[in-house]
Amino acid sequence: MLSCKHIMTVDDMSAEDIQLILDTADSFTEVNERRIKKLPTLRGRTVVNLFLEPSTRTRMSFEIAAKRLSADGVNFTASSSATVKGESLRDTAKTLSAMACDLVVVRHKYAGAPQMLQECMDAHIVNGGDGVHEHPTQALLDLFTMRRTLGKLAGLRVGIVGDICHSRVAGSLVPALLKVGATPVIIGPPTLMPARPDILGAEVIYSLDEALPTLDVAYMLRVQFERADAMPIPSNREYAKLYGMNATRLAAGKPEMIVMHPGPMNRGVEISSDVADSPRTVVLDQVNAGVAVRMAVMFLLLGGEGGGAAA
Amino acid sequence: MALLLKNGRLVDPAVGLDEVADIIIRDGVIVEIGKDLSIPKGETLDISEKIVLPGLVDVHTHLREPGREDEETVASGTAAAAHGGFTAVCAMPNTSPICDTGSKVRFLVERAAEEGRVRVYPIGAITKGQEGAALAEIGDMTAEGAVAFSDDGRGIQSSGVTRIAMDYLRAFNKPLIAHCEDESLVSHGVVNEGVISTRMGMPGWPSAAEEIMVARDLRLAELTGCRLHLAHLSTAGSVALVRDAKARGVSVTCEVTPHHLFLDEDAVIRYDTNLKMNPPLRTAEDRAALVEGLIDGTVDCIATDHAPHAAHEKELEFELAPFGTTGLETALSLVNTHLVATEKLTWADVTRLMCHGPRAALGLPGVRLEAGQVADITVVDPEARVEVTREWFASKSRNSAFLGHKLLGKASEVLVGGYFALKNGKVVAR
Repeated sequence: MLSCKHIMTVDDMSAEDIQLILDTADSFTEVNERRIKKLPTLRGRTVVNLFLEPSTRTRMSFEIAAKRLSADGVNFTASSSATVKGESLRDTAKTLSAMACDLVVVRHKYAGAPQMLQECMDAHIVNGGDGVHEHPTQALLDLFTMRRTLGKLAGLRVGIVGDICHSRVAGSLVPALLKVGATPVIIGPPTLMPARPDILGAEVIYSLDEALPTLDVAYMLRVQFERADAMPIPSNREYAKLYGMNATRLAAGKPEMIVMHPGPMNRGVEISSDVADSPRTVVLDQVNAGVAVRMAVMFLLLGGEGGGAAA
Repeated sequence: MALLLKNGRLVDPAVGLDEVADIIIRDGVIVEIGKDLSIPKGETLDISEKIVLPGLVDVHTHLREPGREDEETVASGTAAAAHGGFTAVCAMPNTSPICDTGSKVRFLVERAAEEGRVRVYPIGAITKGQEGAALAEIGDMTAEGAVAFSDDGRGIQSSGVTRIAMDYLRAFNKPLIAHCEDESLVSHGVVNEGVISTRMGMPGWPSAAEEIMVARDLRLAELTGCRLHLAHLSTAGSVALVRDAKARGVSVTCEVTPHHLFLDEDAVIRYDTNLKMNPPLRTAEDRAALVEGLIDGTVDCIATDHAPHAAHEKELEFELAPFGTTGLETALSLVNTHLVATEKLTWADVTRLMCHGPRAALGLPGVRLEAGQVADITVVDPEARVEVTREWFASKSRNSAFLGHKLLGKASEVLVGGYFALKNGKVVAR
């Protein structure tokens, strides 16, 4: 049993919760390799994917996870913000609550949306990404992938490279690594760091080349700058030169170092095409792990009534 | 009609008064202060154990009329002011439409005469539409009763425009009230930049964005000789800048709000939008510096920045919700609870910070506890227990940052020109 009712932030979970989720996901991985990839476990339970910000892969991953557990999955997507559409998030939450949903996965443009939902409804809330705050299931699937590939989590040095301050992935991965005894190292120019990186508990290094030789994992964040004013980097070209993963850097790292990316990748910017396609890049393993981890999260939060664990 | 207030503790450092005495008020004027007074006919009110202060004024109130009468009106806002112990408020011009012409100032003056429970002093916009570009008709607005000028809600970004405004205001000897916010640094910032913005994954509003504008406006005040009043200072750095400027003899006054004095950024962690402020709640160190500024005289006023907002707008996501908290009704109780009852300030300090200081800063008519003075008086029950609940407010809005707080002390009577606006803690209908 998990100690938490919701997974809104990594801090909701204890280290034991994380272990339990990863172990449970291990057993679901086997299910995902079967020809018939479906368990009756969550039959009759309703899972709502409330995606108020465009997302394809995360939504699909949750959707597939729900279907494989035989839950009734419903998608609620809206590309515009609730204010534009005329219904507030609170009203949406109350509406869903009135329909007696069991679990709501929420993706939202603004931080704190899961907390707001939780105040308005009884369902279990899973944060599918809130603003630039957190994305805890991404952190879980990343841990799962590291554990599968490198055989352990404790003691790993994980370099998270790039736009730390606008990354909900980093927002969850840093505390998650700390909980499992790994060492997060955040790497990027100061313009892409949060205001107080020192309070995160991660090492802060501005040079990728300096950090590289000690890393077990190089986790490349997606670079996306839409704002024309106050650009935090001079150009994608300079970014690629200073912070991009390429064959030269891959060779300079430990031979067992793996490269990760939350996707979608900007080939040629944060990761070169040859590295993206190299066997040391485990991006597709991450995607694969996403389904198992999200199955585990849903299964454990909903108590798994109606059937035992997958294995 | 005569009124005798018996046995209150009268505190007014402006006339060297701190003693238990009686006050006789006749035809709106204090006619006598002394011991064991009596009146042949009229009303006698025993206010033993209560504190009598010259009428408190809030120099930073948003009344929302015209335009957002669903959030507040002149009637409800001045009722809230009376409930909180104020005999007067200064109304900020960022209404809809913005108060940027003489006729709009006159509208407010007339509404206040018709509906106001307490006095209302209009503040006019500095620039047309508060767009920070072209000067509004400051002369006309002065003629209609505007006491000061401000683009509050948005700082004037251009130094050149600010300088022209300051030069022009000198002709009328009116202060410029500065909202200090460098928008190029704040951008979409909603919480203090630092620990809280890092933890919450929210855009930060750095202290430097305030302090840069404070420093700029202090220099421009020196350059032009204009009276400068700095609104809602929130950082230790701002207080230090003002302290230095005052030592140099710059004509500057400043205010701090109860929410910046009594709350800090840690409170925001639950995404409670009632704690979303502009400027944002800062750190415990900033709070301590603001209190130090109150004590050493750097800070002239405690002002509420009373900002009523509709519930359905405050209930939006944190980053979308409007900035601000209501403040008129909680300010005095908070000051008593956290500063007077804890002996950091005396009641004489309270008159300095909530009556005489603000009146001097904006050039408002002075009030004193003295025979011959107009009877604008605040009576405080320092032992009253207040629990701040949604039902407790006279304001139309409920977006208080202090909901759920238990406070000590509350205004029990407010007299405006000798008439009760508040009596036995209840707002008196006109």
